[in-house]
Amino acid sequence: MGEVVALTVGLAATTAALLLVLATPLAWWLARSRSWWVEPVAAVAALPIVLPPTVLGFYLLIALGPSSPLMALLHPFGVRTLNFTFPGLVIGSMIYSLPFAVQPLRGAFEAIGERPLEAAATLRASPLDAFFTVALPMARRGFLAAAILVFAHTVGEFGVVLMIGGAIPGRTEVLSIRIYHLVEQLKWGEAHLIAGGLLAFAFLAVLAMLTAGRRLGRIVP
Amino acid sequence: MSGVEARFEGRRGGFRLEAAFSAPARGVTALYGPSGSGKTTLLRCIAGLERMEGRLEVKGQVWQDGRRFLPTHRRPIGYVFQEPSLLPHLSVKGNLLYALRRSGGAARVGLEEVVGLLGLEPLLERRPARLSGGERQRVAIGRALLTQPELLLMDEPLAGLHADAKAEILPYLERLHAALDMPVIYVSHDAAEIARLADHLLTIREGRIVASAPMRGAAADPLEAAARDQVARMAPDELRRLALAAVLAGLEAESSATVHDIDGGSDRPGPTS
Repeated sequence: MGEVVALTVGLAATTAALLLVLATPLAWWLARSRSWWVEPVAAVAALPIVLPPTVLGFYLLIALGPSSPLMALLHPFGVRTLNFTFPGLVIGSMIYSLPFAVQPLRGAFEAIGERPLEAAATLRASPLDAFFTVALPMARRGFLAAAILVFAHTVGEFGVVLMIGGAIPGRTEVLSIRIYHLVEQLKWGEAHLIAGGLLAFAFLAVLAMLTAGRRLGRIVP
Repeated sequence: MSGVEARFEGRRGGFRLEAAFSAPARGVTALYGPSGSGKTTLLRCIAGLERMEGRLEVKGQVWQDGRRFLPTHRRPIGYVFQEPSLLPHLSVKGNLLYALRRSGGAARVGLEEVVGLLGLEPLLERRPARLSGGERQRVAIGRALLTQPELLLMDEPLAGLHADAKAEILPYLERLHAALDMPVIYVSHDAAEIARLADHLLTIREGRIVASAPMRGAAADPLEAAARDQVARMAPDELRRLALAAVLAGLEAESSATVHDIDGGSDRPGPTS
């Protein structure tokens, strides 16, 4: 049981950390660019919200499998496939939760508006400097929301991890899948324990987001 | 040495800017015109916040021509926006230090000097959200000074303020004028402000500079100051007449004054409202 919890938390934390880093430039571009490509790209990034997890899992299974051209790049390093491995789960979870990082970040960046960045430029801050010293701190609510949403959403995912993880105990079996197995084996007591725990966790995560968001304060320019 | 030599040409939506002017290397040059005449756009072009065709030279340095365009953060300017533009996530002190740390080289204007000059001491630890409009603008002016600008650009810094807040800031601006030797371009549509602050007057209308002349009575003797004070208390209509008279007197008396364009008829430069 302990190792399932550790694996679930480890997966959610790794996914949240990596995804925040990777989604930030994408969200920044979506918020600031006037390119014709913004909305099509935003739509692709939002697809995981509407796609059945099994569809996503199916394509990932192929993309991370030994005969995929993507994996061919890793063959020289002795990696044949990422299916049924922790890194594979992380990649799958990142794609599955991408919209939950991009949307709040994009919203937070858009809310900053043009003026603070123009002001920073007149104070000799280069665009990169202004990004780190003005945009990031002003968008902190968005980062907090994105981190909590991605973490909680990853803890709650089922279809994708089942498809590409295969639920190998100790390696790729996470809490949501363990419940499924327990119920199949009619071990309702243990299932209750995990289900109740996840319910409490979900409530606390959302509550934390709402209250911490308020404590950080709405930034009025 | 010349101060600012500028020429810009371009379109924003339905508005066309076609402005050329030169401003002296010292003192306050007021850019005066009715709303919608292109004052702010012109100022933003000088700051590099807006990009139009043209040429811009400041104190012998080319900031923009056919090939070059110095980005805003490389231009030694200070800029005071019309609306409050303090960084909301930093305290007043944080905002001032943000500017000072990036100014590079030796600070000609120090933190203490600015704090003293603008009376910012009691505000230093506060957040911008907890300041009044007048206080915010004072901090914004101080912050602009701490960038050690070679050219200070002010876009109607008093326009959004109540009469009380205006009266509170004007003396600070006058003190700045006396204490600091840096050219200022001051956008305004308020004749009273201009009468108190400006040494040189540029009039802009429908995107074109229509007149450029030194202001009369820029000297700093007490009698003059009293006269200015009186001017500042005049009714707007009276003031407009006076400002016009001043401009026209300047035009007649000064050989250096130029009139680029006065579109004929009874229409005279100045506000029409």
